Amino acid sequence: MKVTDMKLPIYLDYSSTTPVDERVAEAMTKCLTLDGNYGNPASRSHSFGWDAEKAVEDARGHVAALIHADPKEIVWTSGATESDNLAIKGAAHFYQKKGKHIITCKTEHKAVLDTCRQLEREGFEVTYLEPQSSGMIDLDKFQAAIRDDTILVSIMHVNNEIGVIQDIKAIGEITRKRKIIFHVDAAQSPGKAEVDLRDMNVDLMSLSAHKVYGPKGIGALYVCRKPRVRIEAQIHGGGHERGMRSGTLATHQIVGMGEAFRIAKEEMAADNERILMLRNRLLNGFKDIDEIYINGDLEQRIPGNLNVSFNFIEGESLIMALKDIAVSSGSACTSASLEPSYVLRALGRDDELAHSSIRFTIGRFTTAEEVDYATQLIKGAVVKLRDLSPLWEMHKEGIDLKTVEWAAH
Amino acid sequence: MAYSDKVLDHYENPRNVGSFDKDDRSVGTGMVGAPACGDVMKLQIKIDDDGVIEDAKFKTYGCGSAIASSSLLTEWVKGKTLAQASEIKNTDIAEELALPPVKIHCSVLAEDAIQAAIEDLKSKDASGAEHKKIA
Repeated sequence: MKVTDMKLPIYLDYSSTTPVDERVAEAMTKCLTLDGNYGNPASRSHSFGWDAEKAVEDARGHVAALIHADPKEIVWTSGATESDNLAIKGAAHFYQKKGKHIITCKTEHKAVLDTCRQLEREGFEVTYLEPQSSGMIDLDKFQAAIRDDTILVSIMHVNNEIGVIQDIKAIGEITRKRKIIFHVDAAQSPGKAEVDLRDMNVDLMSLSAHKVYGPKGIGALYVCRKPRVRIEAQIHGGGHERGMRSGTLATHQIVGMGEAFRIAKEEMAADNERILMLRNRLLNGFKDIDEIYINGDLEQRIPGNLNVSFNFIEGESLIMALKDIAVSSGSACTSASLEPSYVLRALGRDDELAHSSIRFTIGRFTTAEEVDYATQLIKGAVVKLRDLSPLWEMHKEGIDLKTVEWAAH
Repeated sequence: MAYSDKVLDHYENPRNVGSFDKDDRSVGTGMVGAPACGDVMKLQIKIDDDGVIEDAKFKTYGCGSAIASSSLLTEWVKGKTLAQASEIKNTDIAEELALPPVKIHCSVLAEDAIQAAIEDLKSKDASGAEHKKIA
């Protein structure tokens, strides 16, 4: 590829969302207009409905196939946030007579944490596990947290910030033995980390389309049939999706998600090999930079994620210097709270390292040339901002910043 | 979030970056903020024999607005007496840089920095009457 072909800014935020694959977009556009498959999948009395229903069921099959589930176990939702809400509130409400204790982890997505907070307001008790510094859950600590009245465990598969992959199978073995419902937020997994529900002992799994080159606004919840898992519906209406989630099915969105998952299954191995090569190329490009820290385990991690703290540089100013690349900062300085990433804090990272973190996520359309260009930009910005940093100056003078008494404001 | 043109200009071309010898009796150093909060500002002012600020330097760890606030401050204090410099208010900085509400704390930090630098000079003055001659 020639230099002139590269488009700026460079997108390195694939864990935030992905562009819709052309093949997905094409399949979706066939389900909208007068010439297309526009019927209501719930219409039983004519071919418009039957055709739409067939498209929806084909898509359900593609989604199920990627995670090795039965298509009957897939319930369409508006996205992973709704799936998390439906799974956690639905299971908690259904099984509350058995107990009111829930276990989750501090590094979960807000869709899980805030749902748990809501259940606490309703009288449930929630244990928030502290992960190890690698981001992985300590299974002994997890087992110790289980009580006789524990009804639900919610642990994510792939972390959105640090890309760390939890040992879902090991957790599932424990929950199944104790007859505790196990929910897994797998919004970040499809196409990146292997999901085989035939031997994971997972009861509920949240899925999303837009993280895997499908459209936004569509997701699914896997609801295990053997053993049968029950959830209370959160949205009531026409009784769609076997009563678990009412509302007219969005054929074009569902077809998009199905196509995205079909492609993911077919191309996952090749995609991941190439993406890992690019991730390592980026990491290798940083090797001359002093005082950088990788956040989260580098081995137990999806190929496309690199979360790095550049010590003595504040994340937001670094992002500002990198305006030609689109990345996320672990520092939420843009919000009024001034809180650094709660995920990095949960790993035990110092506030300043949490403030200095950048998440790079590489995807299907990233090129080696883009990675090289980004590396050069980052190296230049790090030099510039460290020249500006009083902390870097103190570090160079040999002052241990931990011994300094700061005037907090 | 969109930054104002002035913030971008100071961020991309920061004025007066650097350090003076903090033990120099004509130099006042103000270091405010904390790494844990996401910003640390170091502002240094150097006064001449008449007590007028002849030069200023800064280094800032923080977001673009914090860098711009301190850069602007170094421009403003030059040529001012300590009394005049101490009258610079955070609202003046916030207004000049068109800082949004979530970034007002950056201008507050800049005001704290100039006050701290002045305090530092005054304490040096108090600890040795020889100050003027040395300077």
